[in-house]
Amino acid sequence: MALKAAMAVTGAILVLFLIAHMYGNLMIFGGPQTFDTYSAHLRELGEPMLPYEGFLWIMRVVLLASVLVHAYAAVTLWMRARRARPAGQRYHTKKSVQRSYASYTMRWGGVVVVLFVIYHILHLTTNDIAPGGASASPYERVVNGFQIWWVVLSYVIALAAVGFHLRHGIWSAVATLGGNRAGRQRSLNIIATGLSLVVTIGFLIPPFAVLLGLVK
Amino acid sequence: MNITLRVWRQKSRDDEGRMVTYQVEDVSPDMSFLEMLDVLNEKLTLDGHEPVAFDHDCREGICGACGVVINGVAHGPETTTTCQLHMRSFKDGDVIDVEPWRAKAFPVIKDLVVDRGAFDRIIQAGGYISAPTGTAPDAHAMPVPKADADRAFDAATCIGCGACVAACPNASGMLFTAAKVTHLGMLPQGQPERAARVVKMVNQHDEEDFGGCTNIGECAAVCPKGIPLDTISQLNRDLLGSLASGNPK
Repeated sequence: MALKAAMAVTGAILVLFLIAHMYGNLMIFGGPQTFDTYSAHLRELGEPMLPYEGFLWIMRVVLLASVLVHAYAAVTLWMRARRARPAGQRYHTKKSVQRSYASYTMRWGGVVVVLFVIYHILHLTTNDIAPGGASASPYERVVNGFQIWWVVLSYVIALAAVGFHLRHGIWSAVATLGGNRAGRQRSLNIIATGLSLVVTIGFLIPPFAVLLGLVK
Repeated sequence: MNITLRVWRQKSRDDEGRMVTYQVEDVSPDMSFLEMLDVLNEKLTLDGHEPVAFDHDCREGICGACGVVINGVAHGPETTTTCQLHMRSFKDGDVIDVEPWRAKAFPVIKDLVVDRGAFDRIIQAGGYISAPTGTAPDAHAMPVPKADADRAFDAATCIGCGACVAACPNASGMLFTAAKVTHLGMLPQGQPERAARVVKMVNQHDEEDFGGCTNIGECAAVCPKGIPLDTISQLNRDLLGSLASGNPK
C-alpha cells in the first residue's frame, strides 16, 4: 500500500514536470533568441541564492529520485501480481470486460518511456546522439533533429506511450490517494484523458512544426 | 440446444489438471447454467465417469458459492451469479469454456471448486465489530443519515463470491476487502475500530498473496452485486488516514 501511494505521489511530481517541460518547448515559436535565452535562464534560475545550474540540479535530483521510487514500486507490485496468479494457474480463455488499452499497456509502456527518456537526454541534453548535426544552441539542436522524419516518428511513438501511461496513471493515482467517488468517476476519467491529450499534443507540436518547415 | 463444453478437470489439489471436452445435448434455453452442468453430471454418472465438481448452494444468487469463469468472464456473459445465468444467453452449437477462479490465494480443490478460505481470514482479521449484542436496539435510538445507510447496505450486499479476484488482472482481492471496510465504516457501530480494521484487513489481504489493485475496474464490472469501484478509493482514504494518524490500535 505504501508502494502504491509512493507511485501515485512520484507520478504526480513527474506529471507536473512534464507540464512545465511542455510549456518550455512551446517557446520554440518565439524564435532562436527566446528559446536559447529561456534555456540559459533555467541554468541561472535562483542566482545568486543558488550557484549556476543549482536549481536545475535540484530538479534533476528530485526527478531522478521520483523515477527510481516509481520504478522500484512498479517492479515490486508487478512481481506481486505475477505471484498472485502464477504460471500453471492462468486462464485458458480470459476476456476483459471493460479495461482500457491504456491500463493494459501500463507496465511495458512504462519500460518504453524509460528507454525513450534515456534516448531523449542523449539526443537533446548531452547531444551525444545528434542526427542532423550537433550544435551548442538548443534551438539549433531541435531544428537539426526534427527535420529528419524518423526522429519525429520516434518521438511520436514515445509520446503515444507517454500519453497512454498518463491516461491510466492520472486516474489511478487519484483513486489510490482516495480521491475517487461515485459522483466523480466520470469527470476524473475525462480529466485524465484531457490532460494526457494536452501533454501529448503539446509535446508533438514543436517537432511537427520543424518537420513541416514552420520553424527553421 | 446442443452445447460443447470445455471444462477444467483436476482430481485434487496436487493434480496438474487439464481442459476436457464434453457434448451436452437437448439443453433447454430456460435451464440455468448449473442445471446444464447437472445434466452433464447425470450423463457422466450414468456412463460410469466421475461427475464435474462445482460449488453451489442456494441457487438464488445470494450465497456466493457458485463461481466459475465462463468463456473468460467471471460468472459468464451476464452480470449475475452463475446460478442465475441462463442458457438463453448462449446459442445452439456454442463452445463454452468453464474454468475455476484462478489465483494463488484460491487454490483449486477439485475441478471447478476452489478454497476461498483466504476471504474468511480477511474477515477474521477485522471485518467485524466488537460490540456487546443483546436485544436489537430501537431503530431510532441512533440516527444514521439515509445516504450513509444506503452506501453501507450497498457494500454489505457483497456475497464474497470471489469474482473480483477471478476477473482482476493482478488477482487482487481489493474490491471484496473494500466492500467490507465500507459496509462497517459507514455505520456508527463500525467507528471505534475503523482505523485499526482497515490496516488489519489490508495486511491480511497482502499476506494471503492477493495482488495489488491498479484501478483497472474489471472487478466492479463483473461483480454480481454491483459493488462500486469507488469503495476501493474509500478503503484507500481510510488506510492513508489511519497510517498518517500513527499506529492504530
